[in-house]
Amino acid sequence: MASDKTKHYDAELHTRGLSHYVDDVAPPAGMLHAAVFGSPVANGTLRGIDISEALKAPGVVRILTADDIPGENQIGAVLPDEPLFASDEVHFQGHPIALVIAETYEDARHALTLIKTDIDEKPAVVDPRVAHQNGDILGTPRTFALGDVDSAFADCDLILEGRADVAGQEHLYLETQRARAVPTEGDRLRVFSSTQSPYAVQKAAARVLGLPNHKVEVDVIRLGGGFGGKEDQATCWACMAALATHLLRRPVQLVLHRLDDLKMTGKRHPYTADYKIGLTRDGKILAYSVRHYQNAGAKTDLSLAVLERTLFHSTNSYFIPNVRAYAASCRTNLPPNTAFRGFGGPQGMFAIESAIAHAADELGLSREEIQRKNLLQEGEFFPYGQRAEHARAVPTWDKADELYDLDAWRARVDAFNAENTAHKKGLAAMPVCFGISFTATFLNQASALLHVYTDGSVSLSTGGVEMGQGINSKLIGIAARALSVSESRIKVETTNTTRVANMSPSAASATTDLNGSATVLAAEELLDRFRTLIARELSAQDPENITFENERVYYRGKPTDWTWEKVVSQAYLSRISLTSQAFFATPNIWFDKSREEGRPFAYHVYGTAFLEVTLDVLRGIYEIDTVRLVHDLGRPINRLVDLGQVEGGLAQGLGWMTLEELAFGDDGRLLSHALSTYKAPDGDFLPDDIEVHFLEDENPVGPYGSKAVGEPPLMYGIGVYFAIRDAMQATAGDAPLPFDAPLTPEKVLLQLHHRRVARIWEAPREAAAAGE
Amino acid sequence: MTQPVTFWLNDQPIETDAPDGLLVLDYLRRQRLLTGTKEGCKEGDCGACSILLGDLNDGRVVYTPVTSCLVPVGELHGRHLVSIEGLNLPSGLNPVQQAMVDRCGSQCGFCTPGFIVSMCWYMLGSPDHKPTLQGFQRAFSGNLCRCTGYASINRASLDLVDRFSEGGDLHHVWTADDRVAALCDAGLLPTYFTSIADHLATIAPLDEEPMDRLEEADFFVAGGTDLYVQKGEHLPRTTVKILNRHPEMKGIDRLDDDGIFRVGALTTFEEFGHHPDIQAIIPRIQDYLFLIASLPLRIRATLSGNIINASPIGDMTALLLAMDSTLVFDNGDRRRPVPMKRFFKGYKIFDKEPDELMTEIHFPIPEPGTKIHFEKVSKRKCLDIATVNSAASLRADEQGVLRHVSLTLGGVAAIPLYLKETSEFLLGQPLTTDVVLDALRIAQGEISPISDVRGSADYKRLLAHQLLCAHFTEHFSHRVSPEALLAS
Ligand SMILES: Cc1cc2nc3c(=O)[nH]c(=O)nc-3n(C[C@H](O)[C@H](O)[C@H](O)COP(=O)(O)OP(=O)(O)OC[C@H]3O[C@@H](n4cnc5c(N)ncnc54)[C@H](O)[C@@H]3O)c2cc1C
Ligand code: FES
Ligand code: FES
Repeated sequence: MASDKTKHYDAELHTRGLSHYVDDVAPPAGMLHAAVFGSPVANGTLRGIDISEALKAPGVVRILTADDIPGENQIGAVLPDEPLFASDEVHFQGHPIALVIAETYEDARHALTLIKTDIDEKPAVVDPRVAHQNGDILGTPRTFALGDVDSAFADCDLILEGRADVAGQEHLYLETQRARAVPTEGDRLRVFSSTQSPYAVQKAAARVLGLPNHKVEVDVIRLGGGFGGKEDQATCWACMAALATHLLRRPVQLVLHRLDDLKMTGKRHPYTADYKIGLTRDGKILAYSVRHYQNAGAKTDLSLAVLERTLFHSTNSYFIPNVRAYAASCRTNLPPNTAFRGFGGPQGMFAIESAIAHAADELGLSREEIQRKNLLQEGEFFPYGQRAEHARAVPTWDKADELYDLDAWRARVDAFNAENTAHKKGLAAMPVCFGISFTATFLNQASALLHVYTDGSVSLSTGGVEMGQGINSKLIGIAARALSVSESRIKVETTNTTRVANMSPSAASATTDLNGSATVLAAEELLDRFRTLIARELSAQDPENITFENERVYYRGKPTDWTWEKVVSQAYLSRISLTSQAFFATPNIWFDKSREEGRPFAYHVYGTAFLEVTLDVLRGIYEIDTVRLVHDLGRPINRLVDLGQVEGGLAQGLGWMTLEELAFGDDGRLLSHALSTYKAPDGDFLPDDIEVHFLEDENPVGPYGSKAVGEPPLMYGIGVYFAIRDAMQATAGDAPLPFDAPLTPEKVLLQLHHRRVARIWEAPREAAAAGE
Repeated sequence: MTQPVTFWLNDQPIETDAPDGLLVLDYLRRQRLLTGTKEGCKEGDCGACSILLGDLNDGRVVYTPVTSCLVPVGELHGRHLVSIEGLNLPSGLNPVQQAMVDRCGSQCGFCTPGFIVSMCWYMLGSPDHKPTLQGFQRAFSGNLCRCTGYASINRASLDLVDRFSEGGDLHHVWTADDRVAALCDAGLLPTYFTSIADHLATIAPLDEEPMDRLEEADFFVAGGTDLYVQKGEHLPRTTVKILNRHPEMKGIDRLDDDGIFRVGALTTFEEFGHHPDIQAIIPRIQDYLFLIASLPLRIRATLSGNIINASPIGDMTALLLAMDSTLVFDNGDRRRPVPMKRFFKGYKIFDKEPDELMTEIHFPIPEPGTKIHFEKVSKRKCLDIATVNSAASLRADEQGVLRHVSLTLGGVAAIPLYLKETSEFLLGQPLTTDVVLDALRIAQGEISPISDVRGSADYKRLLAHQLLCAHFTEHFSHRVSPEALLAS
């Protein structure tokens, strides 16, 4: 019973302040508080740590270091290069060394200030190109290829080479990392964690404690935002709380202070790329080669999977017949960079979009002309051997053009620019194509557990974690539709490792696809049992003609007197199980790494955005005026939730390209270390004028024809970089315009007035000379 | 024996012996287990901790939105503290909550209580005659949301604007003489709100401590918006004196006989910007304030706090410096006026004795025709610290000759900088493009910016140039050519 009036079910609790995050649950008696001591330097040898003063501080119960770990001092999920506590070397500023456990949060924080370390500081590496040169590479570099790039360049009218740099991005989930562990019987424990990956926490905690997985129960109510930042990086804090609880047999809570969260956790990977693009005179791209250097930070984390996705998206929505894309994960002394909405894809796209802008400048064409000309068509190939099926690059672009008339828009912008000198407008188009599925094929599995109680209410458990993306609301919609009952009957339970084993993380935009499909299967199994029962009661030989609609049973299309409640109670009395469990694995996907070829994605999501900005030439600041976009949504399960995902993703993309400037010193220290210096978009910065148009179309492989929506919209935001650049090109000057995101007001002003900068320095120099 | 701090928390009377310096956020979450109020940053930058404070004023309670992570418990005496829980109806949703649910203005929900509080403040306490989208946006300008991109929150706001505007079902509530009472009558706010004024009236004021005993405390807290950011984890373990318990240090008077304005040192940014006499001399003050911190911060931050903070990029400092202010200090025995242009001695070094309080700020009433202008560029326009700011007080006679010039720049030196040479150079000069360009060159010799996280030295020099230009292009575009300055 899918109603058109959709809801975000959690919102009613949220708006009343009644939702529970980890530390909102009333504290159990005797709960202690933990605080993490991290390395003050980004690279060095840890000679010793002195905790004697800290131990004497008020309220301190114990201080744990690597020596206290009963199991393995290792939580690396992909490669074992991530000890829970550093014991001999420190590799990034904030690298955890010790854990203070005290009676109160304040006591624990206070004791941190009394810990002393003896560290032999070594020079830090923060530039991935330097790491690459030093051979400090994680895993092995990868290369995707299509056609024959080298010979194709020979046929090009224009060949351009350049460099594109893009900085990282802080997740800035409003709820910082946190966990609470509670001892249960014997040596068992229960961990409440703000994690996108309960199973990763369970496995890692068990490994650290030397326990079998089944002794560690992990429960997740909800997250105050994740965006990838709690996929792998929630694990270490949960393990620390678990360790303390295990050793002290008391509940322990660890909530990261915002400043520590900023300092200690990894972010979106900065990338730097060298591109070479070859085109015909009229803008057809014939060849593209690119070398991506990923700044992985100090530990592997998920970097290799992120790297892979950069390659998968290195040609964005375009078909380029000859491609060679190389990517290397370079180890530096930044905190381990990690998943962030888009997962490497956006960085791949920034490089190709830069190359196209470069080509547009040289060819005297508009960017959008080249973009449109090269859009991927049905049946064409991606550089990893997958053929485009149900390709929507052209349809979304053309729909956007039909709705918003790009030529007329361009003419309006030109007219404005002809009349104004103090302000200039800029316009850009941004097509997006994003593959859906975990690229590690084995992760594309999920299960659902459905209980029906005798009053007809339904409890649903899956591996999906609610972090604001609305998975619970979508699962409610799916379960209600699958069972043909009212949504009010469905409750989605916490995500818990005892109800769903070995779950994949809630990530890769695939959470609804996977868990929703499993839910449909579980519901169908239940309904099959009911059909058998009802057929028997109705003496019908054809149970397949029994259908369910709106909480009522129909036989051969006619209503019967069987209601949902009657079915449930009869099933119970007839000793038919009211619980079902189902498993789903995405069919028809594979990838062969030895050949870098396969069909890694169940499908792709497409879309096209047009963005306009206004630049204040005097001050170098800009405003985003308008975003119009057409997004390929499939058949929405929950339109309201999906719209929120599109708008929220877009906002993060816009921030990444403009204000959000992660600044690290050469010594690896985070300079933008607080919300006062790291600026994410606020309501004023984002345009009021955003219009989202959904291209709705049955997706044959998503639950009820739906498509994943979490990540792709972020990449529309990349367009704003090129819109600002477009406005800068409309000024009189000869700004150098390198490709270096984010395009902060500082970079804009310095580029616009680059000739003035040198002149301005003359006055103080003269003054100094006069004073000598 | 100190008196307990006595106040109302939602519908409950409270007497607490919690330390004065404890933050209201910690008090709510840890001591009262009211966990709807969230901690996102503890630095005033996210608004997840938003609460309302109600003050009795002429028999009515007047509410303001503030960030509970920067307000000490010692400030609560005699007030109504409203947390998100206090805005909940016994069942169902209030109109703000309903609109946010309908429009899905909430995703992960962590920011949501803060938004609801800010928007409820607009609904029950904003002085706007008509509700507007912009009004709601200003109300939640201190609230950060990482999930929604704000579009759905804007739609929720528009729904509310419709309902409370003429023709909407709740229009009568907006226009009612007592909006809080009307909301209660309509079942849209919990009814306990109607009795709060009577309750607050029964709370006896705290015995005021004489000013000369103030030095016994470790810290003086004014708005706390700087102090708590710098020393937040330390303050609850120390003794603090709440300066706001001295209302005589507030208020704005235009003393025509003396030719000056006398402004209480604890006057907040909002009080300053809303005062009609200030608006008369600085017509665009509201626009400038919009660039400074956020509404909940401006409601708390005081002028003296901004000046004594001595940050080279203090915004009100730049303005007051350009207006040739004099600071009046008092240690209980002795009053000491200090011209602001001589107050700052070096980075965070200034002419104030530890036992002195700033009690007043004086500045001359500007002569008619004086243009007072403020410019600020920060990475993000709102709720961000300036990379460079600049204020100007300028007056030209009918021939276009400058008869009064006072220019300041922030973020380009160790102190908030009065541009002495540049100002003196311009005085008596005719306002032409060339003169301005000469002045801009002189200004470059007066500044010495350094590179930091807010910008490189090059950028700051360039900004200094651009913002100084802006004073002239904004107010004298008939005399100087913006195009020529831009092209220079
Ligand atoms: C999120 C955020 C945003 C901000 N944005 C801006 C901004 O945009 N622009 C800007 O300029 N500032 C900004 N600030 C800084 C800060 O708000 C201001 O400096 C503010 O004016 C400080 O005033 P206060 O009353 O809160 O001072 P407090 O924090 O209470 O005090 C600051 C210092 O001054 C002393 N002091 C205060 N008043 C007196 C007095 N009368 N006599 C003696 N000593 C006194 C205190 O003891 C303390 O040492 C921001 C701060 C935050 C947290
Ligand atoms: S917690 Fe962020 S403003 Fe108070
Ligand atoms: S809903 Fe998540 S931060 Fe606003």
